[in-house]
Amino acid sequence: MEKTINLTLKVWRQNGPKEKGRFETYQVSNISTDSSFLEMMDILNEQLVNDNQEPIAFDHDCREGICGMCSLYINGRPHGPDGEITTCQLHMRKFKDGETITIEPWRAAAFPIIKDLIVDRTAFDKIIGAGGYVSVNTGGVPDANAIPIARPAAEEAMDAASCIGCGACVAACKNSSAMLFVSAKVSQLALLPQGKVEAKRRAKAMVSKMDELGFGGCTNTGACEVECPKSISIAHISRLNREYLKSRLSE
Amino acid sequence: MSNFLTSSIGKKFLMSISGLFLMMFIIVHLSINLLLIFDDSGDLFNQGAHFMATNPAIKIMEPVLALGFLVHIIWSLVVSFQNMKARPIGYKQLNNSKSSSWASRNMLVLGCLIFVFLVMHIIQFFWKIKVTGDPLLAHVVVGGEEMENTYLLVSSLFKASLIYSLIYVVGAVLLGLHLAHGFWSSFQTIGFANKIWLKRLQFVGVIFAIVIAIGFSVIPLYFQIKF
Repeated sequence: MEKTINLTLKVWRQNGPKEKGRFETYQVSNISTDSSFLEMMDILNEQLVNDNQEPIAFDHDCREGICGMCSLYINGRPHGPDGEITTCQLHMRKFKDGETITIEPWRAAAFPIIKDLIVDRTAFDKIIGAGGYVSVNTGGVPDANAIPIARPAAEEAMDAASCIGCGACVAACKNSSAMLFVSAKVSQLALLPQGKVEAKRRAKAMVSKMDELGFGGCTNTGACEVECPKSISIAHISRLNREYLKSRLSE
Repeated sequence: MSNFLTSSIGKKFLMSISGLFLMMFIIVHLSINLLLIFDDSGDLFNQGAHFMATNPAIKIMEPVLALGFLVHIIWSLVVSFQNMKARPIGYKQLNNSKSSSWASRNMLVLGCLIFVFLVMHIIQFFWKIKVTGDPLLAHVVVGGEEMENTYLLVSSLFKASLIYSLIYVVGAVLLGLHLAHGFWSSFQTIGFANKIWLKRLQFVGVIFAIVIAIGFSVIPLYFQIKF
């Protein structure tokens, strides 16, 4: 019952951060519709290696949608045409035989291209480093039930914490804004008692780091939420705005 | 506070507050303007316009309103310019119609078109009433009080010109599209939203946009059709 398709791929190739990039066109044939998008890329790379060409560099790691490493802007959408998934979870059955697929890297000033389809997302780590944590003195492990947390707060914090930091929100946003990412990272702590202690400092530090790194501002188009593989709600962005304004107004 | 207004959220905060303020103005503006279609003698609208022109509270608010417009327009350009800088190289293929509304992606375009309309609108009415004057504005006496015949100025334009009437309808529709995104967006920016309120605000925003667009469109159409 296996079905196979033939495809034309237009892939962004760029030798290094400072080099000029261009689109290259490749043909792949007999791709099983049961294979994943990254497996298709593997097949293409094998083909390129056999032809003594440089394989295409792209990010990937766990290949089960939990690490946030894979990226790719496929046919005009981050992580491709399917919803609520990462590129590694995208199946080739989502494409038609003979289709041309355009594959681009995330485009943002804050995510410079390293090579081909790989972008440098350390800007996210820098934002986390600016305040996306709680400071605790190490000591004995506290009892899990020592601090009461309301179930709705725990649920919403957990939803925010499902962000895998893949950067699809930045890629989807017309302003390359990192607000969905930052709001998820602020929310997961702001909702919990442990995070409230440093809440004011955190929102201010993370937002100013985000601005400094060259991400755009939020214009509430909502594209990030739709393209997020974990469906992080833009309601978190409103919470971030609230946390930030509270922090600045109390100065 | 110095760098608050230059931070990304601070800039959006200004856009939001000025936008909310302008929305309040729009509600007042529409309410007074609708008097145009409820009294063909024009007395009702003239009284409304006279009240707005002489009321001390409104006189104080006039420069504040001008400031509101200036902040909203200038900051929108600053915000848009900086947001464009955040993506120096664009995508070759873009398929964003599934993830966001056209209005939300084109607030700047809508804003610029509304600005063009606004300039024309000010030249046609506000400027004549406040500065240059117009023969059509010759004083009339309503209820024992002498006042400018604003009704005649407005109704003459809409009765005489089909093209201007249609331009005003287009202006109202553009404003409606701008507000369909702007209304809930302004609440989202000041932090007044959560999962439940987001949906409520979006719903109210669409209703508000439709009311404003239809409300302002009805006036020129009324004069075109009835006279």
